[in-house]
Amino acid sequence: MDLLGFARGPALKIAIAIFCLGVVWRIVGFALLRLGRDLNRPRASVLKFLTGGLVAVGSRSWPHPQFIPRTGAGEALGYSYHIGLFAVVLLFTPHIAFLGSLLGFVWPGLPSSLITVISVLTLTLFLAVLFRRVTNPVMRMLSNFDDYFSWLITALVLVTGLAATAHIGASYEKLLAWHVLSVDALLIWFPFGKLMHAFYIFPSRAINGAILARRGAIS
Amino acid sequence: MRTPDDELTVGEMLLEAGISRRGFIQYCTAVASAMALPPWMGTAMAEQLRGAPRPSVVYLSFQECTGCLESLTRSFAPTIENLIFNTISLDYNDTLMAAAGGAAESARAKAFKDNYGRYVLVVDGSVPTGAGGAYCAAGGRSAVDTLREAAKGAAAIVCVGTCSAFGGIAFADPNPTSAWPVSAIVGDDKPIINIPGCPPIPEVMTGTLLQFVTTGKVPDLDELRRPKVFFGNTIHDRCYRRPFYDQGKFAKTFDDEGARNGWCLYELGCKGPTTYNACATVKWNGGASFPIQTGHGCIGCSEPEFWDKGSFYSALSTAAWGKWGKSGEVAPRQVLELTAGAAVVGAALGAASAGASRLRQRATERPSDNEPKGG
Repeated sequence: MDLLGFARGPALKIAIAIFCLGVVWRIVGFALLRLGRDLNRPRASVLKFLTGGLVAVGSRSWPHPQFIPRTGAGEALGYSYHIGLFAVVLLFTPHIAFLGSLLGFVWPGLPSSLITVISVLTLTLFLAVLFRRVTNPVMRMLSNFDDYFSWLITALVLVTGLAATAHIGASYEKLLAWHVLSVDALLIWFPFGKLMHAFYIFPSRAINGAILARRGAIS
Repeated sequence: MRTPDDELTVGEMLLEAGISRRGFIQYCTAVASAMALPPWMGTAMAEQLRGAPRPSVVYLSFQECTGCLESLTRSFAPTIENLIFNTISLDYNDTLMAAAGGAAESARAKAFKDNYGRYVLVVDGSVPTGAGGAYCAAGGRSAVDTLREAAKGAAAIVCVGTCSAFGGIAFADPNPTSAWPVSAIVGDDKPIINIPGCPPIPEVMTGTLLQFVTTGKVPDLDELRRPKVFFGNTIHDRCYRRPFYDQGKFAKTFDDEGARNGWCLYELGCKGPTTYNACATVKWNGGASFPIQTGHGCIGCSEPEFWDKGSFYSALSTAAWGKWGKSGEVAPRQVLELTAGAAVVGAALGAASAGASRLRQRATERPSDNEPKGG
């Protein structure tokens, strides 16, 4: 079996199994945690309590007006590369064929050349957020191995994918194999690092919003 | 098999066959051009060949379907390249030669002896090693013994076809004859040039042979010992349908509008992106067409283990979950089973970790923690 066969065969199988196991492990572990009893008297109705959670999911997705000058650019950078990643992962025809082989259905994609442009832009934004993280003293202080490794492993997927498309550095099948292997690595790392924010971000915002709404501090 | 004709030079043979000097130079220039050699190499090649004695070629066939030889000999009409091949002193070829039995065995021994150290050994077919060498044995000798003897006196070995280069279909799972490619038997003792394909393009075979007998040097090879001039690019890179790939226009079935419009066959399983060969440029039948041009995707026949790399009709980027060690198509049901199994284990682990966390919380909890604070 060649490297590509290994990457998209046994390695992918193991990576998907670990990904599912890890994601469910962490979500169930999180959901079954005992919350501390809130002994405050509820200051909102149950309806406001619930809608407060939903409102927080939206309202916390963008900085408060007074913070925009300081953090708006960073947030915009973050959103931009996330959109780029979604486009590259979900709208590139070979990726659709890959996901379709796992899910059993496919959807229309974007032109490959457009995806290449989006990939380059996304990678540039990736470098920009890393630069920001390293140069901003507060960000640097808040960052740990998890942040840098999660960045690296995601960037690696982008770089190997672009290299495979452009045939840079090695033969296509080798680059494709390394690309798929980097995806396998990302899937394995995903549940155990900060990439898990993909699953946590909205529930955690909703829970915080609901708790605050119950206390009468609807954000 | 040697005849008085063998004493003639290539030029004299061509003259007898009615090929003019101009025609021969034109052909050599075309070959040089196809191989990305400098323009003067065409003339130099022609002059060198015209005065050279006919190079001796010994052609051995093992586990093969004769498709490679068919490709070589049934190339487009009686072309010049066909005649060129005829001018080579083909001292042994058990398919083409008239002799059989003991006479054929004698011819082979004579060919080895007369040109020891000088002949080019062309091999097609994989070499079986199973059943104590019983498969493919001829004249009481196993294929391995025949190959080793032939390789010993060869100036170079040219493996035509994927079977001799990489094992081919006989090497594919379950490999019942324990077949191997030539390189696995001969090792690095002799220069080996692989010209894979099922079958290889005739012009690629004749071009590689011509360059070797002209220059006496093995051409630049890639890591799979294939001449870079012919195997330096993927079919995808040189495919006339490539612009449709870049535009995201793909045929979804073999008879849809996309297929009729000549759009990219990637989603129909074309292996062009991972296949290195000259099909898209040299093409077949005198440059008339090649598989993708006829509407079928590339099956990757010039790549190692192409038979075992999953369906010819699955897109290249699809997951391949065959049995351990082999590729194969994945079914969504397999994915469901795998993810459901993993999810059940994950849920159990999550519940256990949450339970452990609750116990830890309870152990460290003070009774006053849950009481309302004053104020």
